[in-house]
Amino acid sequence: MSSILMHAPALVIALPLLAAFITPVIGRFNRKAISWFVAFILGLTLLLTLLIARHILSNGSLIYVFGASEVGLTLPSGYTVPIRIIFHIDGMGIFMGLITAVVSFLAAVYSISFMEQHSGLEKYYTLLLLLATGMFGMEFTGDIFNFFVFLEIASIASVALIAFRSTLFDEPAEAGFKYMVVSSIAALMVLFAVGLFYGQYGVLNMATIAKVLQFTHLDKIALILLLTVLAMKAGSVPMHMWTPDAYSEAPAAITMVLVAASQASLYALFRVAFSLYNVTLNTLTVGWIIIILGVLSMFIGVTMAIIQKDIKRLMAYHAISQTGYMLLGVGVGLAVLANPVALEKFGIKAMEGGIFHIMNHAMYKGLLFLTAGALFYRTGTRDLNKMGGLAHNMFYTTIFFIIGAAAIAGIPPFNGFASKLIIYESVYQFNPLLSIIAMLVSILTLASFVKVFHSAFLGPKLEQYKSVQEVPKSMVVAMATLACIIVFFGLFPDLIVKYIVHPAVMALINQAQYTATILGGM
Amino acid sequence: MIGNFPFVAVIILFGLGIYTLIYKKNLIKIAIGITLIENGANLFLITLGYRKGAVAPIYTQAPEGVKMVLPTPQALTLTSIVIGVATTALLLSLAMIIYKKYGTLNTDEIRRLRG
Repeated sequence: MSSILMHAPALVIALPLLAAFITPVIGRFNRKAISWFVAFILGLTLLLTLLIARHILSNGSLIYVFGASEVGLTLPSGYTVPIRIIFHIDGMGIFMGLITAVVSFLAAVYSISFMEQHSGLEKYYTLLLLLATGMFGMEFTGDIFNFFVFLEIASIASVALIAFRSTLFDEPAEAGFKYMVVSSIAALMVLFAVGLFYGQYGVLNMATIAKVLQFTHLDKIALILLLTVLAMKAGSVPMHMWTPDAYSEAPAAITMVLVAASQASLYALFRVAFSLYNVTLNTLTVGWIIIILGVLSMFIGVTMAIIQKDIKRLMAYHAISQTGYMLLGVGVGLAVLANPVALEKFGIKAMEGGIFHIMNHAMYKGLLFLTAGALFYRTGTRDLNKMGGLAHNMFYTTIFFIIGAAAIAGIPPFNGFASKLIIYESVYQFNPLLSIIAMLVSILTLASFVKVFHSAFLGPKLEQYKSVQEVPKSMVVAMATLACIIVFFGLFPDLIVKYIVHPAVMALINQAQYTATILGGM
Repeated sequence: MIGNFPFVAVIILFGLGIYTLIYKKNLIKIAIGITLIENGANLFLITLGYRKGAVAPIYTQAPEGVKMVLPTPQALTLTSIVIGVATTALLLSLAMIIYKKYGTLNTDEIRRLRG
């Protein structure tokens, strides 16, 4: 047991990566077996992630050094430096890892039926596994160049998945091209920033860079580049143009994983701001920049969502809007980071709200995209004007949609309410106006989802959808799992905040501990 | 002074790439723009590891007492080149599919997704 735990960080990456290339081989013999095999592998990865989570939440950060047992290498001159690739998993990393594991596992379960009729399944599942690998790597790695590599793996896999249905429709290729351009620019700027760090300090390990960071002009340039491109990859306004296209054109299960992939970039943004720079930068200014990005995302996202007619496009704009909440919560925490009194009073609370919202958003937005996929699976359209009366035929999907919509609009007792309430309360003490905008956005979100519910599910039975039935079991199971998580988080938010979210927030705030776990042993 | 020329070249490559991305309408040219930025980043990394008069960092083959260039940036650049091939291939194949479906490579006409 302990030896599995010892190598679990490597296994979480290795398992999906190796399975990705075994999948086509299995596909040659038995086409049906692929989907079950992939679901099994991702389920195993989920178990491993839970194992790591249990270890980290009771014993603190986990470090895995590839190719050696020691973190550092002592040169003949007596200078010790970490040169190897290190996986450095702390409270925040495993928090994101759990989201990735749950979401990618459920995507595989959902795809068993959802993609059944589609050709080229082995390619689809290979890419899904690669995407999961890339996301895990981004979240677990402690090496900044390694982060770039995993970012590119995730980008390439997600682009290919967005464009996966380009044989059936025209638009997926267009959305894929757009996303590829955005993510290549983002990754190259990250690479350039890596070069700036390496040129100055000669190290690639994030904890070591954080320790020796001088905050020179070059560091400021690197900070601007990293913050901008990671906010772009996270889909924040005004760099959000790719989000609605990519989310709406990808298959529904993939859209759910893409949401988690954007959040992995968001995680990297927080990691750069908190663990790499922390109080060396002018936290008030950078905090306000992130807050303004957040407020813009919230407001513009939701106003654009209201006018949409395509159900997945509408939900994609809501995803932008919800990203704003996370940026707002964590931005407030960053703004008061240098002020211990305010940090204690409401800063930590605001960050808890923002970080908790990441997990909640992945769950309810995933559920909503899956219900949109279920509607598309049965009706063959995403146009809200063509749907109607589907509550008569699709009982479970309707229930799941109501749960997801109530959660995103922040109605108790669902999880969206729990995190939004924490954000409102704490942000109000920082600046009341921000809190009021956040509430207003929440109301507009509810309005928009009432519209979707009304036009898709209510009304008389339509002639063309007479024979529509409930979706197959695997899809129902995936949606039901997410719905259960949403209700559970909504009923016991204290438990989740205390045991999962709070350690994540403390891991971000406490930079000294982050550097000490790597450098302490030297 | 002359030692800074590679960095100037990096800036020029970045500038040209960003110019291409912003002002060119053809999908193939956009792919070229990304490749330019990528080459700029690779050149930047390689230049960081350069030492004047140093030899290749092959430990067993190096003569005694001679400086070696930094091996890490070269490893980074190699990785980045490999990744670059994958992104370029994906970009070009997507451009091909778009041309098949839309009959054009002009970004002004490939605008079905909007609003």
